[in-house]
Amino acid sequence: MSVTREEVRHIALLSRLDLSEAEIDRFTAQISQILDYAAKLNELDTANVEPTFHAVPLENVFREDVPGQPLPLADALGNSAATRGSFFEVPKVADGS
Amino acid sequence: MTEFEPVIGLEVHTELNSATKVFCDDPAIFGAEPNTLISPISLGLPGTLPVLNCVALEKSLLTAIALNCEIPSRTSFDRKHYYYPDLPKNYQISQQYEPLGRNGWVDLQLKDGSQKRVRINNIHLEEDAGKLVHPDLPSARGLSWVDLNRAGMALLEIVTEPDITNLEELEVFMQTLRSILRYLDVSDCKMQEGSLRFELNLSMRPVGATALGTKAEVKNVGSIKAVLRAARYEMKRHIELLESGEKVIQETRLWDDDRGETRSMRSKEVAKDYRYFPDPDLPSVVITPAWLGSIREHLPELQDAKQSRFVQQYGIPEYDAGVLATDRALADYFEECCRKHSAPKTFSNWIMVEVLRELQAREIEIDESLLTASRLVDLVRLVEEGVISNNIAKDILKEVMETGKEPARIVEEKGLRQVSDEGALLALVREAIAKNPGPAQDVREGKEKALGFLMGHVMRASQGKANPAVCRQLLEKELSSGG
Repeated sequence: MSVTREEVRHIALLSRLDLSEAEIDRFTAQISQILDYAAKLNELDTANVEPTFHAVPLENVFREDVPGQPLPLADALGNSAATRGSFFEVPKVADGS
Repeated sequence: MTEFEPVIGLEVHTELNSATKVFCDDPAIFGAEPNTLISPISLGLPGTLPVLNCVALEKSLLTAIALNCEIPSRTSFDRKHYYYPDLPKNYQISQQYEPLGRNGWVDLQLKDGSQKRVRINNIHLEEDAGKLVHPDLPSARGLSWVDLNRAGMALLEIVTEPDITNLEELEVFMQTLRSILRYLDVSDCKMQEGSLRFELNLSMRPVGATALGTKAEVKNVGSIKAVLRAARYEMKRHIELLESGEKVIQETRLWDDDRGETRSMRSKEVAKDYRYFPDPDLPSVVITPAWLGSIREHLPELQDAKQSRFVQQYGIPEYDAGVLATDRALADYFEECCRKHSAPKTFSNWIMVEVLRELQAREIEIDESLLTASRLVDLVRLVEEGVISNNIAKDILKEVMETGKEPARIVEEKGLRQVSDEGALLALVREAIAKNPGPAQDVREGKEKALGFLMGHVMRASQGKANPAVCRQLLEKELSSGG
């Protein structure tokens, strides 16, 4: 196993996922398989190869600093599960800021 | 007992004053109705693509130049992942691997005349998050409200090395950096609106030691004063822990300005594991020397150069020039006054004393004040022409700041015109002498001080409108002629 149950638990926490013990077992095995497969790439010598950040050879794509038309409020809030006035409403996450 | 000194580094976030957000064309404006400045891109809806705002990038590069940074030939953007309702995409676009500036510095001028260099680790461009409101309402218990207007605004982060070792350096650093950012016209730096924010990294170590102690990170500090209070609080907390043999825990703490203390954030909320990776949506930026050269040409005259020029060009003292040059808007204001009416020293006095005091009392900047340069010029002219006294002018200045009325109109409306007519003033002068025989006698015996007492009486009786020079002459004349 190239990933531990503890790591899977940690990733789940970061992603705000509540996994059962059975799910942790299953995902530990699956993620390990994926990582092992990807590890095949390590067999290649890439010492002298620049990392590829982008598949398309584009650079310096810019936008002029000219304001456009924002969404009407009703559309902006339209997909939300809960709203209050012109706010989205969500469960409180933490105190402070 | 061991003496401790603080070691402080700062993470500075400043919202750039571009017209639109950094990766989409939503207007970047403060104070609009919640969620009226958002688009599919700032909402992070599937299928949208961010495109970099050229002005935001150039303002960032200009700042990197002014802070003496090394600027790479290529810069790129990365995704920083965390889940929080103020961040609709669940990642923030930032720069981790190829920031647009590294290894810069800011030189501080300290009170004792010495200089201190604070190194800049890096400068990078990112997008701001939205704002959460925690309403104190029974019907909203356990709920937060989200305003995404700020989500996606261009945010420049400046990270210092831990080079600050006392509170004076901390204060001067914040003021100097703010001044530079305002000089460059890259941000309005309004701390109360959140367009300039400081996060403190602070640890303590025995004086003379070189190893760093365990640091605490302090967030949620809303003003330069509050940063200083938070630093003072943390220094005390660390020293108490260290002296009692306890350990300082490395953690993030929140500043509570009302209580004047910091408190720990639970570790679950701050588990820092951002899983950065290059953002495939944003192509890299190649920075050519020619481009950088043309940005460098936009570098304005900075504080030191302006101070020297003011001394040369306007013949005002070094000290005055220093005060006027601390803020670009203030310096521009002074120059505008001088262009309209050539009385540099008069304007410098008014600005340094009355204007700055009134601005500070209102916690605003000169470019937000109703006392425009032409109104100050009119006010100074009214004094020079003898229409009003200097003291009345000070009252009018306050009223202009409040109401934006023209000074001449206030003079007419309130009947504040200075009285210089000898006939009218003579009655007041005689009354003052008659009511104060003791001080009058003192003046006759050559005690200069008593004259001031009588002058005060006359000025009060005239409600400040008497022309002081004329009154003084009349008083002296009356008393020497045995009146």
